[in-house]
Amino acid sequence: MFVIKCPFCGEREQSEFKAGGEAHIIRPKQPTELSDDQWAEYLFMRKNIKGIQFERWVHTHGCRKWFNVVRDTSSDKIKAVYKMGEKPPSE
Amino acid sequence: MKKKYSIFSLIKNAFSYHENWEKAWKDPVPKKEYDAVIVGGGGHGLATAYYLAKKHKMNNIAVVEKGWIGGGNTGRNTTIIRSNYLWDASAGLYDHALKIWEGLSQELNYNIMFSQRGVMNLAHNLQDVRDLKRRTHANRLNGIDAVYLNTEDVKKFCPIINTSPDIRYPVLGGTLQRRAGTARHDAVAWGYARGADEMGVDIIQNCEVKGIKRNTDGVEGIDTTKGFIKTNKIGVVAAGHSSVIANMADLKLPLESKPLQALVSEPVKPIIDTVVMSNAVHAYVSQSDKGELVIGAGTDDYVSYSQKGSHDIVEGTLNAILELYPIFSRMKMLRQWGGIVDICPDASPIISKTSIKGLYFNCGWGTGGFKATPGSGDLFAHTIANDEPHKLNAAFNINRFVSGDLVDEHGAAAVAH
Repeated sequence: MFVIKCPFCGEREQSEFKAGGEAHIIRPKQPTELSDDQWAEYLFMRKNIKGIQFERWVHTHGCRKWFNVVRDTSSDKIKAVYKMGEKPPSE
Repeated sequence: MKKKYSIFSLIKNAFSYHENWEKAWKDPVPKKEYDAVIVGGGGHGLATAYYLAKKHKMNNIAVVEKGWIGGGNTGRNTTIIRSNYLWDASAGLYDHALKIWEGLSQELNYNIMFSQRGVMNLAHNLQDVRDLKRRTHANRLNGIDAVYLNTEDVKKFCPIINTSPDIRYPVLGGTLQRRAGTARHDAVAWGYARGADEMGVDIIQNCEVKGIKRNTDGVEGIDTTKGFIKTNKIGVVAAGHSSVIANMADLKLPLESKPLQALVSEPVKPIIDTVVMSNAVHAYVSQSDKGELVIGAGTDDYVSYSQKGSHDIVEGTLNAILELYPIFSRMKMLRQWGGIVDICPDASPIISKTSIKGLYFNCGWGTGGFKATPGSGDLFAHTIANDEPHKLNAAFNINRFVSGDLVDEHGAAAVAH
């Protein structure tokens, strides 16, 4: 259990949010030209990092907006929050 | 040869105040080289080593464990065993395990306290009823015992369930697998460890894998906190940490590791003599031999390796438990804990070769790996020894995420993941 600082609403309990998994997985530009391997990579394969992970969250029980979070998955400590479309912080 | 455990050995050792029992397994220093190394000393890993030695005569092998054996998810689960899965591939896999469970205490000469007290799955809405009936038919076609119960039968089988029609999610029926039940989780790890050790397997604890060494041919060995170990067969059974090991070999897996929580109450006199699971409201409960209620909660939806989950997940589960069993309303919860479960997109495991020669993965068991422990070990040992899957785990290869031939047990598996 931890607190997430929604970039639109401020600090709220994690239970107000829904996790959207790994961030910055780019949707294929030409889906019809993808091989099975590339589809598998896009749809299923995940880094599943123990440590600093870039991920998406949505404030389901609040503003219902999506945004990005940098979180240490071994301690659940949040390092940074940034809006969709913004450049991820380098470290 | 280890001395057999029996009533006579128990009496004999009582005379020396139980201080002279033979060690169940050694504490060896790792050799320089093994024919195969199993990464992860939980139930699945130890079972794999046991069957590699017993059935495939691979005795020069080791199990490396970063903590102590059985200290991960093996010691953290709710010990439920069942095989009432929907799809043929899953039914084959889990019933293979259940059949081994039935004779395991005798085989290992170790009391794993396997108790076939039955598992009942409840239906709370019309779709549940249809799904559970369908699953019952599918189970019976696969030779797995299953019966559908109406509300009255549910009440008869477990009288403390609140079957009143005016609760928020009324009980409309359920399924029952009588061969299902529970076992003592630690004993499973210890029994397999003792058996494997007897056949010459080195069980190396406090030995964390730090890297996997590869050449163009395949794997060469592992770097560990106790030095480099040479081997050309590595079987990874690291549960929640599977992706961490995979990353060492530049391999990506379709897994997400999430916290799963469980809790036990203060011990009370026998009140529930079976296991009751409810998918729709996510509550399942059984009673341990010590008298504690063993309650399983759900997973959190975010990736985490912290071994602790969110409070609201526990609260949701307890709300459901109290509605179904008002008799528990004054009970106190004694302990609560979390484990890290590796979940596949189709909620089915991976027991498979990989694109790297000599590297095998047994992972993705998600929230329900304990029940499969003996079967998983047996089939993974077969896969490692022959470099080919057994027909029962052929469907559970990594390639199914490329071919699209998924074994989708989400929901179908009688419990949410």
